[in-house]
Formats: sequence, structure tokens, C-alpha cells
Amino acid sequence: MTDTHTADPYAQGRDTTEGKVFTVTGQDWDSVVSGLGDEPEERIVVNMGPQHPSTHGVLRLILEIEGETVTEARCGIGYLHTGIEKNMEFRSWTQGVTFVTRMDYLSPFYNETAYCLAVERLLGIEDQIPEKANVMRVLLMELNRISSHLVCIATGGMEIGALTVMTIGFREREMTLDLFELITGLRMNHAFIRPGGVAQDLPAGALDKIREYITWMNKHLPEYAELCNANPIFKARLQDVGYLDLTGCMALGISGPPLRATGYGLDLRKTQPYCGYETYDFDVPTWDTADSYGRFRVRLQEMHESLKIVEQCADRLAKMEGEPVMVADKKIGWPSQLAVGNDGMGNSLDHIKHIMGESMEALIHHFKLVTEGFRVPAGQAYVAIESPRGELGCHLVSDGGTKPYRAHFRDPSFCNLQAMPILCEGSQVADVIVAVASLDPVMGGVDR
Amino acid sequence: MSDHQPENLPATTAAGDAQTPAAEVVDQREGMFGVRGTGDTSGFGRLRRQVALPGGSAKPYGGWFDGATERLEGLVGDDAIEKVVVDRGELTLHVARERLVEVAQHLRDDEALRFEFCSGVNGVHYPNETGRELHAVYHLFSITHNRRIRLEVSVSEADPHIPSVVSVYPANDWHERETWDFFGIIFDGHPALTRIQMPDDWPGHPQRKDYPLGGIDVEYKGAVIPPPDTRRSYN
Repeated sequence: MTDTHTADPYAQGRDTTEGKVFTVTGQDWDSVVSGLGDEPEERIVVNMGPQHPSTHGVLRLILEIEGETVTEARCGIGYLHTGIEKNMEFRSWTQGVTFVTRMDYLSPFYNETAYCLAVERLLGIEDQIPEKANVMRVLLMELNRISSHLVCIATGGMEIGALTVMTIGFREREMTLDLFELITGLRMNHAFIRPGGVAQDLPAGALDKIREYITWMNKHLPEYAELCNANPIFKARLQDVGYLDLTGCMALGISGPPLRATGYGLDLRKTQPYCGYETYDFDVPTWDTADSYGRFRVRLQEMHESLKIVEQCADRLAKMEGEPVMVADKKIGWPSQLAVGNDGMGNSLDHIKHIMGESMEALIHHFKLVTEGFRVPAGQAYVAIESPRGELGCHLVSDGGTKPYRAHFRDPSFCNLQAMPILCEGSQVADVIVAVASLDPVMGGVDR
Repeated sequence: MSDHQPENLPATTAAGDAQTPAAEVVDQREGMFGVRGTGDTSGFGRLRRQVALPGGSAKPYGGWFDGATERLEGLVGDDAIEKVVVDRGELTLHVARERLVEVAQHLRDDEALRFEFCSGVNGVHYPNETGRELHAVYHLFSITHNRRIRLEVSVSEADPHIPSVVSVYPANDWHERETWDFFGIIFDGHPALTRIQMPDDWPGHPQRKDYPLGGIDVEYKGAVIPPPDTRRSYN
């Protein structure tokens, strides 16, 4: 190209107080280089993102590079801030579930469970949650751990050119989402786990589908190990990249797979069990290399462990047919039931018939709980659970009203992302992608 | 107890023990549906209800709470901890703000305490608690002893300064920025206290109670529904 300025008007440099600024849009490197003049400065500050496909959503990385080496790195976040915590202050306690499920959109059941456990602690009904509801929560959470880790491994593989890992990863994730759709009616944004239990019982045939899924996964999960574990290109890209040892993890509040990849098996499911995790048989996988490869191996092994838990849940649920899934207290338990109709999932026609045609009291009760909701005694609670990314904490404050006074989430993506500079500084630009992917940040959770 | 307290409501506990601590009134609800003044035809106009949070507990607190608080008091003195609240099986220590860093340092380093993991800080705004409107709430986790503890520091809106604990818990870097962003609490000594979620030039602090939620009317088939914060709702 002879006249670079007419070719791409945005690529031409402009002078600012910080130096010369170029907007690089791709395939315009020539015009940038020519714009630098004869003695270009070696130090370049690059804005990577927020619209970059390999930054996992709208994450902005600000990299100062010299040649190919990153000398300083910082994160810019907030591009997906939607004010979920503020919005929750204006909706009832039950409606809050609809908001939290949208935060970390790859692990919605964890958001819902953390929130519901905190509401239940405030209400003082932690011991009254039906056993079946707890088993269903564990089932959904562990299925969700598998689907979330699959996305992490699949997109992480795609970013380093391992496209088969991506295609098979999304194949298996699809099967997991099919199960979610069968059980909750939706692939994401479920709002299925509610204060007091879960929204509805397992549909007919769900257990058979879960068993089919377990068989399929037992056959196909080993493929990831075969494709990646000893693959020299895969190992060359991941090993010793994004190193962070136990001391660093403790100082920066890092939890989840990055912490367990340092050889320390901290898992809240074991140390501070909730939802009956102490009654399940599973191991906490660790790795001792503290690098991106170790984090990959931890996630891979965790999916097998989750599958073990799913199997145990299925066995338990088979013996629990007809048991309640919502707390017995009628002043808290959601009155309505869902059913599949001609136009998809909706309110159960039996329930509508009951409140509209049979019982005035039932109608009043339904109306009061749905419009006003229940009151939660004043106080605060903090509940932490082990999400696929680490410690997901929910801090709830109630003033005794029908709405949360303040809801705050300690999202593991948010905390883990603080480690980005220490993982990336001093490394190559190409390793930044691998290091960030190994933290598995989900911007919906980071920004809320 | 307020004169307006209806006779048929259960009386709030006046003096409490560790399990049912004396309540601390922070606000009063009036009426219903957010209607005020002469336009109130809801019939709930004279309804008064106190908003009371769990107040300070008396010793013994139960379990490991006693040992840990005694140990901490032995290290930092009695005046650093203003109040101990035991509620719903959780221990909350209200800490004087000028002693916060010292308390955090001991909580992290002392062998019997060892709260090595900080789960961040969160703000809560109580606009009617005059002189201590803004609360910063820290959650600490001792992996060694498998315990959790909550620290609470209150400051006024006029003087919203709290010392930063980033020197003790580097993990709190982004959390303090977030709390500054949303509540306007200034963490003195933070390495770079800038906004983190809102744009750099954003006016105000959105999570404060006097900051409106915003939103527009939604029209559907002729009916108009106002945004949630101006809608008629239970209070």
C-alpha cells in the first residue's frame, strides 16, 4: 500500500501528552510502523481489550511492552457493571435469585446457592431445608462445575490454537446444558434454587438422562487428557507460564484451582461443608507446579470428581421420589408450582385452578407471598461456598424488611484477577493470554 | 420502646444475652407503600416499626469466640474493640478505626488467631445512624483454625476516612477501591485509590442509600410501570 493514510484513517498516529497514540484494528501493522518514524521508541503501551476475543469478555488489559516482553501489566474492569447489588435492594428476597443467577453466568447455580444459603441463615431455617432440595442443589452445582471447567478448558485451548479441545469441550458442555434445560427449563439464568429449597421437583425421566450423561462423560472425559496432558505443544505453551506460588496466593486472596495448583488442597466443600457435602465421597485434586499447566490439570481432575458426586446424587434421588423440595414453612416456601404446558414451561394449571376456583385463602396467600414476599429478621450473614473459580462469598444485610438491605458478593473472579500483573509481568505477550485464561475470570462475576 | 408500638406485636428484647442480643435501633419505618403526608389513603399511615439490628453481646460468647476475643484484647488492649456481636453463629468485632491496621496485623500474625485469608471489604450505608453512617465490613478466614470472623468499622459521612489494610492483606486492594467507588469511604494509605467499576469521572457513590436507582417508565399496551425505586412497594 502506498498511501497508508487513506487506507485506514484510524491507524494514523496522533500526538498526545502521553506520546504518540495509534488505534490498531488489525492488518494495519505497516501503517503503524511507518507512522513511528525512523527512530521508534521501544516502549509501547498497548490497550488489549475491552473488545478482544481472548480476554474472556470485556476485560481490558493495559500492557507496557518492550519488544515482546511485558514490563508492566494492569487490568481495567467495570465494563460489564450492571448494578446487580443495587437492584437487589429494590426487589423481594425471592426475586434476588433472578439477579444473582446473571452475575457469573458460567456458574449460575453457585451464585444462587450462596445467596439462598445466606438468606436461609438470616431466616434461621438452615436445618429445615428438605434433604431432597439439598441433593438437587449439589447435583446442579456439580454439573455446573463440569460445564464451567469445560468452557475454561475449551476457550483456553482455542486461544492457543488447540481447536479440537474447543470443539469437544463445547460438545460436552452442550450435554450438560441439556440436563439443565430438562431440570430447570432453561440453559442459563435459571433462578431455580430459591430461599427454602428449589423451585420444583425433578421432572419425569430426568434420572435416566443423568445416567446416560454419566455414561457419556465417563467415556469422553478421558479424551481431554489424551489430547493435552502429554502434548508437547500444549505443554510448551502452558508449563511455567503464569507462575504463582502458595505465598502469593495467600497474600492476594487467591482461591480455587490456582490455589490448589500450588499443592495446597483448600476446598470449602471439605473444610466448611454446606448442603451436605460431608456425606459425599470425593477427593480434592492438587498439582504442585503452580503454573497454568497445573491449573489445567486440577480442573481436568475436578471434573472427574464432580462426576463421582453427580453419580452419588443420582443414586440418592432415585430413593427420594415424591419427597418435598421446598421448606415446609408456608410463610416462606414459594406457593406456586411450574408445569410444562402447550407453550413451554409456565405456572401449573392445577395451582391456578386451586387459587382461582377453589380456595380464597390460597389466593390471598399466593398473592401476599408473590407481591410482598416474606420478611427476614434484621442482621447480617456471610456464607462462602466453593465455586469452580474459588471462594464465592455472599454478604447479606437485612433490616427486617421484605427486600435485602444490602447484598454483596465476594466473587472469586474479581479477587483472582488481581493476580494478573504478577502472573504476566516479565513474560512474553503471547503468555499473557495463557496466564489470564488459567485464572478463568468471568466478567459477569467480576463486574456484577 | 416507642409510643407508637402497637399492643398486639411481640415486644422487642430489652436486655439480651449472647444468643438474643439487645437490639440496636438504627431506623424507623413509617407507614406502608412509601406514601407520605396528607395524600396517604393506604390506611397504614400511622404504622411505626423499628429497624433494630442485633446489638452487643455479653460474655460468654460461646465456642471459640471467647478465646479468640480474649487473645485479641490481650494483644491490642480493651479500647480497640468497641463492641462484640454474636449473631446467627457468626462473630462480629466492631473495631475503632484508628486501631484497625493494628488489629488486622495481630489477627493475621498471632499463632492463636491466624486469620491469613481476607475475603475483602464491603460497605453498608445506614443514613439514619448519625455520626456512623458508613460501615466497612471485613470478612477474614483462618484456614489454620478453620474459623471466620467479621470486622466492622463505622465512620461518619462527614469524615469518611478509614486506614487501608492493604499493607497487611494485599488482597484487599481491589475491594477497597470498590468500596470507595460505591460508598465513598476513603481508605488512607491505599496505594492507588481510584474508581474500579464506575467510570473515572462518575459523580457520586451509587451504593449509598440516598443515591437513586434510576430507570425509566416502561410502557406496555397503554399501561405505564414506573422504575422499581419509585414504584409502590412494601416497606
